Amino acid sequence: MTDQNNAEINITHLARLGRLAIPKLSHASTEQELENIIAMIDAMQSVNTDGVEPLSHPLDSEQLLRADVVSEPDSRTAFQSNAPKTEDGYYLVPRVVD
Amino acid sequence: MNWESVIGLEIHVQLATNSKIFSGASTHYGAEPNAQACAVDLGLPGVLPVLNERAVEMAIKFGLAIGAKINLHSVFDRKNYFYPDLPKGYQISQFETPIVGEGSIVIALEDGRERTIGVTRAHLEEDAGKSIHDLFPEQTGIDLNRTGTPLLEIVSEPDFRTSKEASAYFRQMHTLVRYLQICDGNLAEGSMRCDANVSVRPYGQEAFGERTEIKNINSFRFVERAIDYEIGRQIDVLESGGIIERETRLFDPDKDETRSMRSKEFSEDYRYFPDPDLLPLTFSQALVDKIALTLPELPDAKRTRYIEELGLSEYDARGLSGDLDRSEYFEIVINGCKNAKQATNWIMGDLSAYLNRHNLEISASPVAAAQLAALIARLDDQTLSSKTAKALFDGLWNKADSNQDVDALIEEMNLAQVSDNGELTGIIEKLINDNPSQFEELRNGKEKMLGFFVGQVMKMTQGKANPQQVNEIIKANL
Repeated sequence: MTDQNNAEINITHLARLGRLAIPKLSHASTEQELENIIAMIDAMQSVNTDGVEPLSHPLDSEQLLRADVVSEPDSRTAFQSNAPKTEDGYYLVPRVVD
Repeated sequence: MNWESVIGLEIHVQLATNSKIFSGASTHYGAEPNAQACAVDLGLPGVLPVLNERAVEMAIKFGLAIGAKINLHSVFDRKNYFYPDLPKGYQISQFETPIVGEGSIVIALEDGRERTIGVTRAHLEEDAGKSIHDLFPEQTGIDLNRTGTPLLEIVSEPDFRTSKEASAYFRQMHTLVRYLQICDGNLAEGSMRCDANVSVRPYGQEAFGERTEIKNINSFRFVERAIDYEIGRQIDVLESGGIIERETRLFDPDKDETRSMRSKEFSEDYRYFPDPDLLPLTFSQALVDKIALTLPELPDAKRTRYIEELGLSEYDARGLSGDLDRSEYFEIVINGCKNAKQATNWIMGDLSAYLNRHNLEISASPVAAAQLAALIARLDDQTLSSKTAKALFDGLWNKADSNQDVDALIEEMNLAQVSDNGELTGIIEKLINDNPSQFEELRNGKEKMLGFFVGQVMKMTQGKANPQQVNEIIKANL
């Protein structure tokens, strides 16, 4: 399963990182698809990019900045009307502990 | 075996902007939960981040202060991980090209030696929200007010060999960001926190040992304790034949130990990539030059000036320059009284002792700097003796009124020295008449008796006589 040039694809690990539920049955096919994608990227790696600056954004433009001014009012009530569960101003989620 | 520890710090500094780094929500501390979390902070669909120019200026200012390379072109990346207090599922940070490149800072060690510590980089990023685990049964409360607060993450080289060096560096950075006024420096409110990377290696070995990372340390004392515990733990593991796993650990100040948070098996893979919502950050050298002009006198320069121009000792100069508020207080006092030595003695002595006793910061001192200056001026012109000066200081402290006129209080408390020659001469002549045998002994060369007479005069004037003047009058009678 391991390509000489690539790290081993660990579907369980990737699924956990992406919070994706991938059924055990489709692990093999998902792995195949990912390997195809990596093969495609490998093909791109063969292009000589010496002296070429990495492209960090497709638009040839610069970041616009905003002045440091508070412009957003407290809209907690509106935002929390959409939340499944809130209490005392907090959003509530199932208990998470590090 | 002898072990050497290798330590690096990552310090997170909350920048003192009014609004968030990518949104117009307020960063003010202490608001009702989620009252300062807007649509951008909540990561609602369709919103776009817009960068706060003040945060950029503050990062540049910091870079200049540590002599770092300022990157005129830098890129924002997404750091991907899932946690409920990170609603977007990624943190906007800078990975490949940070705004501030390599720089350095000098730290002073307890024995007076100095060391230059390398700063690898400093980058802009957004803070996450807060998870509250102990307020609701079986649930976690999420407060997103902190989400999007601008952070400058300052990464050091692994240049520390002891926990003391690491904490000295943390303190020095704290002093610096306060001087630059880019952070309020409030550790209790989380305005500055650090992560420590710790490893050990046999003494003399060049290669680093495997390291662990201790997360979220928020006090100078805890930095030392957490690192010391971790060094001891790693040495124990290695000496009993074990191996150190790369992992993230948490410091528990109550138990004074670190414990594993995430092992390598579950290590995060942040899958950084450039954030398509943000264009590269580009600015001109002219902006950098303009910001350079706004740099204040930095702690090291101030300390040197105190030593060379004001004649202070290294210890005093360091103490006074080590904190922005203290140095500002000191400078108001010396401007008012032109007596650096007295100003130093009062601030480092009585004032510090009083502040410590009442657990007050110098910025909240009940005795204003201008009042202390006036007090010292009255000591210099001998209106006050050292004893009455202390009484006046007490009086000023208790009044805690910066508008209180010092001369009026001297009068009110009746503290002015009796310097009227005639009055003192009268008192002394009466004393000599009442104590003829003691005066005879003094006349016969028993110098100790001089102290007796001076003491009596001080007693009769309730400490308000000028001892030097009393001495002179007694000697004139001999």
